[in-house]
Amino acid sequence: MRKELICIGCPMGCPLVVDFEGKNLIHVSGNTCPGGEKYAKEEISNPKRILTTTVKVENREEMLSVKSSATLPKEKLLNYMKIINGITCKAPIKIGTIIIKNIDNTGVNILATKNC
Amino acid sequence: MKKIDLVIIGGGPAGMSAAVCAANNGIKDILIIEREEALGGILKQCIHNGFGLHKFKEELTGPEYAWKYEKQIFDLQIPFILETMVIEITEDKIITAVNQTEGYFQIKAKAIILAMGCRERNRGALNIAGTRPSGIFTAGTAQKLVNIKGYLPGKTVVILGSGDIGLIMARRMTLEGAKVKAVCELLPYSGGLTRNIVQCLNDFDIPLLLSHTVTEIHGKDRVSGVSVAKVDKNRKPIPETSQYIACDTVLLSVGLIPENELSKGANIKLDCVTGGAVVNEKRETSVKGIFACGNVLHVHDLVDYVSEEAELAAIGAVNHIKNVQQTKKSAIIIPSNGIRYVVPQIIGLSECTTLYFRVKDCDENVTIRLKDGETVIAERKKRKTTPGEMERIALTKEMLSIIKSAQVTLELAKEDASCERN
Repeated sequence: MRKELICIGCPMGCPLVVDFEGKNLIHVSGNTCPGGEKYAKEEISNPKRILTTTVKVENREEMLSVKSSATLPKEKLLNYMKIINGITCKAPIKIGTIIIKNIDNTGVNILATKNC
Repeated sequence: MKKIDLVIIGGGPAGMSAAVCAANNGIKDILIIEREEALGGILKQCIHNGFGLHKFKEELTGPEYAWKYEKQIFDLQIPFILETMVIEITEDKIITAVNQTEGYFQIKAKAIILAMGCRERNRGALNIAGTRPSGIFTAGTAQKLVNIKGYLPGKTVVILGSGDIGLIMARRMTLEGAKVKAVCELLPYSGGLTRNIVQCLNDFDIPLLLSHTVTEIHGKDRVSGVSVAKVDKNRKPIPETSQYIACDTVLLSVGLIPENELSKGANIKLDCVTGGAVVNEKRETSVKGIFACGNVLHVHDLVDYVSEEAELAAIGAVNHIKNVQQTKKSAIIIPSNGIRYVVPQIIGLSECTTLYFRVKDCDENVTIRLKDGETVIAERKKRKTTPGEMERIALTKEMLSIIKSAQVTLELAKEDASCERN
């Protein structure tokens, strides 16, 4: 099978032509860095994304911005959102602090992306 | 009147980068003036990732990118004042500002860096027909409500304009449980980065209606829906294609305008295409000692380039303060044939420099050429161009030494089919 993808690894957005069979990558062209191949491989087998969102802080007026420490399976992003929206944290919190450890047994942590 | 070597107006990414660079180059007497309650500018609400890939070789979120600079400002003890509004700057570099603690005050600066950023175009700029219910927001306002204040401004959404903030908000609203019914774009292509179409729209099956616009907003107290129609090649709506989409919220992502009211007051010459100042390669405006960088100069798609530009402005300001003699010989760059604008508009011919520009239309297999008359100074081939993505062309000293005229042109040429086959 042949599929055209846009690499989302960086703002370059390289147009990729990907040849694959089932979940196995055969050939990638159009990428300008090794990241393109990695992206194509993941995209045809198990598409993943970084999740960024916010968490309530009980003693602050503003929300705390957070991100996943690594990419998470794309089709379950809304599940993770439910988990993250269910928690509240307490300031002071330093940038990089783990807010949720090992979310949904993925091995991925949810980290604060600012100080509050 | 208080005297300060370097005053930076705006504490967003441009202002912070400029301050850090100036401090690292020996200027200690700096003041950053910021109107909000914290440094960081628009990055504070851009909680998504994708920042810093060029500058730091890692993928950061907006607040993380801002923190890289805030931390340096704290470490270098660069002075800044918050919740302070600059209301006037003059040609002789007198800054008038107001805040709650000091009231009205003036500062005389040796050099000024303008880093005020830009603001969003709103409904008034588009003249969309219909009623005036609540539920109509610019995408940036919605972004602030969701990401900082923690409010979801609506449940069913139509977004007009496919600029990056609109695309980012389509995903953000979806993740928070809203239903984004469509993103309408007047042009036949999106103004946003391709990666954002993929990860913000395609990932969530949000339709992108190209060559479509909102012709009317309906609703009494709250938005109840919009009329959307296809447009012809002259961008006029085709009435028979009109459809009604029920929604309670309309987000507008229809362009950004550099905020240059202060610049106008100082008689700084503006470029009518970029909406920002006309600058030389040091990012110095038509008023000596006043520099500009970031989105107040021209709207960028990547913050990494804003930081780069701010460093150029900072070096320019440092040299101005230290009275370093600048070279005189320069050339004006005229954007022609398919090039919408170029920054800087004037280049000195003694040091290597990079031109930043945008093309007018989407195209494939083109060559960008900088020409002095018929002599080609520099050229760059591009497989694809889109007005949504800023392009760059680097000029070496050797290239610049070829320039003889006072005016050079930057143009886009389509390659012949024969070249393409080779």
